[in-house]
Amino acid sequence: MPRLSEVRPGQEIPGRVHTPTNVSLFLYNAAIWNPHRIHYDERYATEVERHPGVVIDGPLQGDWLAQVVTDWLGDDGALLEFEYSNRKACHLGQTLVSGGEVESVDAASGRVRLRLFVTDEAGDVTSPGAAVVRLK
Amino acid sequence: MFLLTPEIRSWIGHREPPVTVEVSRRDIVKYAIATEQTRRAYLDGDEAPPMFAFGLFRPVTPLDALGPDGLPPAAAMPELPLKRTMAGGIRLTVHRPVRPGDTLVGVRAIADIFEKEGRRGPLIFVVTELAIATGAGAPVMEETLTRIVR
Repeated sequence: MPRLSEVRPGQEIPGRVHTPTNVSLFLYNAAIWNPHRIHYDERYATEVERHPGVVIDGPLQGDWLAQVVTDWLGDDGALLEFEYSNRKACHLGQTLVSGGEVESVDAASGRVRLRLFVTDEAGDVTSPGAAVVRLK
Repeated sequence: MFLLTPEIRSWIGHREPPVTVEVSRRDIVKYAIATEQTRRAYLDGDEAPPMFAFGLFRPVTPLDALGPDGLPPAAAMPELPLKRTMAGGIRLTVHRPVRPGDTLVGVRAIADIFEKEGRRGPLIFVVTELAIATGAGAPVMEETLTRIVR
């Protein structure tokens, strides 16, 4: 659990490796009630909407970025602001890696700004993000 | 490059009727498993992950209302000259976590519609703002969602 007095700009925040499967992607779309066929119907995704494969949801990558923050915070802080944007489409079969780093620390307010990213195998950032948290 | 008619742009500011949802522990647990959460509070459904609210207020419509792409008709949206919708991004302001047993009221409004020339052709950006509060009006979260249509 990060302590405000020990957090420094540039500090790395651990991320995770995510390799969605047909099953995990189906369950995610069921959980958010998203019936868009590009997320489970390969033939439709490639032949009709002309994607290279089944599309990994942008908001799922957004959730992985939120997890970089909440995994780091544990029970000792609060997420105040969070944002991400989807810059590059990702498809089933890809392995994506989330991560982040501390951008700035405001010791007076306890607010810490984080930079977040999901990268693909090519090392390209598919979804950059940012968050503001309050540490104790 | 001028895809957006005055009729389309007149939708900016359009507000949808409030939607009330009840949050169940089971729905939080399902979401936590599907998104591979690691925090115990999320996996046990004691608290919802921040992005849980994105699914909570998605439209739930009868099957015969779904289009050939599987999607429901965008509830209060103008007819756009481009058809393929992609996720753009989300910005969240969190006042407090969502918890099981919460009854939440969401009000969605169209904040902006604009166009840009992308690398592979024109793009339309549709920005909606969702304000989530308790039934008593205490703010819980604000979500700004950008969709890209191409």
